[in-house]
Amino acid sequence: MAKLILSMDGLVLKEIALTKERTTIGRKPHNDIQIDNLAVSGEHAVIVTILQDSFLEDLGSTNGTVVNGQPIKKHFLQNNDIIELGKYKLKYVNEAVAGQAKAADFEKTMVLRPGSVKAATAAPAASAPAGAAAAAPVAAAAGARNLSDTVAGQTATAAPVAPPKPAAAPQKNAALQLLSGANAGKELDLTKPLTTLGKPGVQVAVITRRPQGFFITHVEGASFPVVNGKTLDAQAHSLNDHDVIELAGVKMEFFLKT
Amino acid sequence: MVRSHNEDSIASDGDQGLVVLADGMGGYNAGEVASGMATTVIITELQQLLEKRVPYEIDAHSGQLVAHQLLHEQIAKANTSIYQAAQSQPQYAGMGTTLVVALFYDNKMTVAHIGDSRLYRLRGGELRQVTKDHSLLQEQIDSGVITPQQARQSQNKNLVTRALGIDPIVEAEIHDYETQPEDIYLLCSDGLCDMVSDDDIGLALQTLSSNLKLCAQHLVQTANDNGGRDNISVILVRVLRDYPAPRSIVGKMMSWFK
Repeated sequence: MAKLILSMDGLVLKEIALTKERTTIGRKPHNDIQIDNLAVSGEHAVIVTILQDSFLEDLGSTNGTVVNGQPIKKHFLQNNDIIELGKYKLKYVNEAVAGQAKAADFEKTMVLRPGSVKAATAAPAASAPAGAAAAAPVAAAAGARNLSDTVAGQTATAAPVAPPKPAAAPQKNAALQLLSGANAGKELDLTKPLTTLGKPGVQVAVITRRPQGFFITHVEGASFPVVNGKTLDAQAHSLNDHDVIELAGVKMEFFLKT
Repeated sequence: MVRSHNEDSIASDGDQGLVVLADGMGGYNAGEVASGMATTVIITELQQLLEKRVPYEIDAHSGQLVAHQLLHEQIAKANTSIYQAAQSQPQYAGMGTTLVVALFYDNKMTVAHIGDSRLYRLRGGELRQVTKDHSLLQEQIDSGVITPQQARQSQNKNLVTRALGIDPIVEAEIHDYETQPEDIYLLCSDGLCDMVSDDDIGLALQTLSSNLKLCAQHLVQTANDNGGRDNISVILVRVLRDYPAPRSIVGKMMSWFK
């Protein structure tokens, strides 16, 4: 459940849980959050809460509403946003975000029936038992008529994925320098998540940029890429600084940039 | 925190041009039961029916395209099976599943979907989302409450407004699309599109189009690298060449005069 922490000059005045669909903020006493200060308009702003999401809207107040230093008309509140009304500050805390790691069924898909918004916010039933994480191998169902070929891949997410936050792209940058061929000496920065090398229809490999580093994988063609004189198989191969790759008759060096 | 078992289910038949993907929900193992029932009923029934029925013809009784009629009937059948199991067995109470089905015939495809599993198309280097989710977020986007960019920050993911097996009657959304050779179609559960941006999905389909198996692995891996904890399922289909319906000479001559 999201809440607001009202403070002035660093002094916490009170906490307000956002339980209602509309939580009004203003100077007049009928507001849900009354702030008796002349800088605050009678009906200053409203927070509309839809399940786990809250939206702040300025109601045409005289002095405006500021979030994280920016004046706003309408704003989709994010965890730890600071709303400023004159001298007062309201910090938005969404514990659904903060406590996400401990929620057992954080990403359960649920059905929302019309008119049952309240029910949908209630915690869903029994969570999954901690069984063996069965990683279904990528199943290839390659069928072909004169129509289409299909490939299907599926996983049960395997192995503990430690960080709850998306892992960032690798810190290091890398590039390839061509060592032979017409463009020898040229450098190619590996900034994209995927960079293909080679000639389509002849031999193609791809370099993927992942949080763990850079990997080279064979894509198409009869011959596989060669790294440091060794021919690769169909598996992704982790690249190290100064590895030499040979592909479609061209040599190139992989190196990390600082 | 990782989902310990797989609630997604997929099935495909390249010869019949039929692919099915379902993402189940419900406590304990009910989610995988629901998605498994949906894919099994739909693929086995349609495989048999397509031996006898011609998808591009008009059904004499209903006046509907046979493809639509078959999909409507079999989705209703799967819905009834899941609903009855959920009603009669307490451990399955409340289970349901999303669904996306694509049937390819006569240079066309008919797509039926329920919930937030999606179908995307890559054509001429451009990725387009073909299906529109039946979800709270999509409704909020449609009504202008939030923008698609804000939707990615929302805590209200995974709330579907339509699912198979929840109510005695369900209506699938069914549409027809023409297909072209070299089109690539991606069916996926929300485990993919919640974690990987459309831009990155498009880049992967484009760069790895010559090796769909690798492409499927890459998509699943990217979702996991980005912190994905939900099940991730993808099906990729490439249209190899034209597949017009085999019409008789008389039929062809008739169409010239029209």
